[in-house]
Amino acid sequence: MADMHKKEVDKLSGVETTGHEWDGLKELNNPLPKWWLYIFYATIVWAIGYWVVYPSWPLISGYTAGVMGDSQRANALAAYQADLEARSQIGEKLINASLDEIRSTQSLLEFALANGEAAFGDNCAACHGSGAEGSLGYPNLQDDKWIWGGSLDAIHQTLQYGIRSDHDEARFGEMPAYGRDEILDKEQITQVANYVGAKAGLEPAADVDLAAGETVFMDNCAACHGEDLAGINEMGAPSLVANNYLYERSIDGITSQINNPRNGVMPAWAPRLEPATVKSLAVYVHSLGGGE
Amino acid sequence: MAQTKAKYLTLEEGFFAAFLIVIAFVCLIIAGKTYDQVMAFHTALGSLFAAGGAFIIFKNYFNDGGMAIPQEVDGKPNYNLGPIKFGAWAAVFWGIAGFTVGLIIALQLAYPVLNFDLPWTSFGRLRPLHTSAVIFAFGGNVLLATSFYVVQRTSRARMPGRIAPWFVILGYNAFIVIAGTGYLLGATQSKEYAEPEWYADLWLTIVWVAYLLVFLGTLWKRKEPHIYVANWFYLAFIITIAMLHIVNNLTVPVSIYGTKSYIVWAGVQDAMVQWWYGHNAVGFFLTAGFLAIMYYFVPKRAERPVYSYRLSIVHFWALIFLYIWAGPHHLHYTALPQWASTLGATFSIILWMPSWGGMINGLMTLSGAWDKLRTDPVLRMMVVSIAFYGMSTFEGPLMSLRSVNSLSHYTDWTIGHVHSGALGWVGYISFGALYCLIPWLWNKKQVYSLKLVNWHFWISTIGIVLYICAMWVSGIMQGLMWRAYDQLGFLEYSFIETVEAMHPFYVIRALGGALFVAGALIMAYNLWMTVRHGEAEEAETAGAGAMAPAE
Repeated sequence: MADMHKKEVDKLSGVETTGHEWDGLKELNNPLPKWWLYIFYATIVWAIGYWVVYPSWPLISGYTAGVMGDSQRANALAAYQADLEARSQIGEKLINASLDEIRSTQSLLEFALANGEAAFGDNCAACHGSGAEGSLGYPNLQDDKWIWGGSLDAIHQTLQYGIRSDHDEARFGEMPAYGRDEILDKEQITQVANYVGAKAGLEPAADVDLAAGETVFMDNCAACHGEDLAGINEMGAPSLVANNYLYERSIDGITSQINNPRNGVMPAWAPRLEPATVKSLAVYVHSLGGGE
Repeated sequence: MAQTKAKYLTLEEGFFAAFLIVIAFVCLIIAGKTYDQVMAFHTALGSLFAAGGAFIIFKNYFNDGGMAIPQEVDGKPNYNLGPIKFGAWAAVFWGIAGFTVGLIIALQLAYPVLNFDLPWTSFGRLRPLHTSAVIFAFGGNVLLATSFYVVQRTSRARMPGRIAPWFVILGYNAFIVIAGTGYLLGATQSKEYAEPEWYADLWLTIVWVAYLLVFLGTLWKRKEPHIYVANWFYLAFIITIAMLHIVNNLTVPVSIYGTKSYIVWAGVQDAMVQWWYGHNAVGFFLTAGFLAIMYYFVPKRAERPVYSYRLSIVHFWALIFLYIWAGPHHLHYTALPQWASTLGATFSIILWMPSWGGMINGLMTLSGAWDKLRTDPVLRMMVVSIAFYGMSTFEGPLMSLRSVNSLSHYTDWTIGHVHSGALGWVGYISFGALYCLIPWLWNKKQVYSLKLVNWHFWISTIGIVLYICAMWVSGIMQGLMWRAYDQLGFLEYSFIETVEAMHPFYVIRALGGALFVAGALIMAYNLWMTVRHGEAEEAETAGAGAMAPAE
């Protein structure tokens, strides 16, 4: 085996080998590339410099804080505070401003729309859609059909306290479960569902007595939804003749809602977002096209 | 040693048979008593595997009457190639499976309808299936197969044990089946790249210890005075992965009859241990292990000596020492203390040159043989692989800096970075190794068609370029959109707007992935034809073709 340790010179490169050989593989005895070594040293020097400047090495209790006294946590907090301060003045004004004041003051309107749009994307878009177009069970906020009112104050109230949320100030409106709680019988429900459908422009079933349906509606539903079926905002009762429904717009969908209504929940945002942000959201939603 | 006819099972055979029988019974008992359907399925599978293993040991003993396997034939080492052959083909199989699942989830990101609203086909379950299949199933089998080959050849010794090497390769693949089916059925401990639950982890630990012993045993038996550089890297890979795997998977099962377990680490310590594991899985599995492949297959294919012995020593120890510190750079701007984050970033920067040491040694090994790149697409694949290695080990330290990371983190830039390393470096060096290994294992002169290798190379290179460019653009755009503020400090874009903007790049990425899968299919065909119809090599070693015991 000793002869295998004989160093030889590689013909192509003129460099000596180490004299080792494994399965035909040899190694040249080239030195470390200079540029490689110097960059390696440079990165070490750079790192040591970095450790001197920034928090880096753990100690028994605590860590080396660095000569700059840099703290990511303090920096983030300061940046956040600076943002809050910059916004607080205009935010204060916004909270107490009326719709007319906001509309007539450029700085307030800009602030509210920018803040509202950003907050909407992060908080509201998941249910109401990124364009506020709504989806099944989540109202469209672009149109002029409002369940609880479309004035700036009404929207603001809904945003602050929610609907059927756990907030004390939340508005409740609960549609009775006419089928589940056996308030109406099956035939009556079929009649009233077809009556509502016909009024909404859907095709009612041919063999259903719509006149009987009208009677059932006036006795049970008109108090909230109105005799004209156009809905009453104070009751939180949606229009039944609108061309978009909160839930499925079909005779089956109407029947299902009468039988066992879904009373959806809108969360209260006052406990979660800055007051100025909630107001901004109200202005933003109001501006989407349907604000009253 | 004289060949004597053994009358009894050897100690090794007896040990493995007894162990497998015990495992089969334990699994059977758990399967009978569990309330957990996934556990019932996995223990039934485990029982079947273990009983099958024990059966093969006995069958094999009765077939050959316990004849000892000669260590040498005609004065040449009688290398044990059976487990290597299995591992090489397992790598091809899992590779194609893993790449295909990757393509599916890339398409799901572009077209969410492809989730099919089924739990088993949802992105959340397929994503870990993809990462584990490519890293551990494909990469792991390539590492097992090549390490068994390289350590035997460069030690001029047969691997110790007749059962142990088979136990390692089959046991490892059993782990993969358990892990993969577990993901699809929803059994996961939700730790990235360490998703398999406690029982799979325990099994892998046993297999891995056996792997370490077989590898060390071969080195112990070596007929060479020194240990070849590839083996240092393999050994570092095996030992460190054992440590990482155990520490990151210290869980307490809720019950021995259920899949669910809870990790002993909590909060930010858990996150830190997870990324200490995660980053060193990159460092020791995907880097050290595949550098070992480079150190054997590149000089072998180029027929040139390794460029610098000195560089290999220095960069090896620097890499081993430095990688282990870099994990915290995955947790910048989190609950992790700033000092830990600083250490992670600075050590990542120091790691730049040690990583490049491997690149230099690989590329410069070709000095005097650069002309071969024109004629040998296999060598070209490996050289491009080293170039990708150099690129991603430059990009990595850059991304570890807090200021860069605040833009890149959580964006597709990370995905692009990972795939330039995974497709470019790990994928190509593995393909190169398989194109060398399969003809060697089956005594063929050359791979069936170099022309097809060339096709594979170009198709998948275009795929990789499409993939990483799409992810760079998409990731940087995404990061910039996230941090875009108006003059009042309000966000310019909502999250969904960033998702919408990324759609075209997701389509391009899926196209790149499809090309990469197509390339791998060409390789599989080519390798199959090599085994079936390749031109036979004049027998180099008479013993090379000797069948391993369990075949």
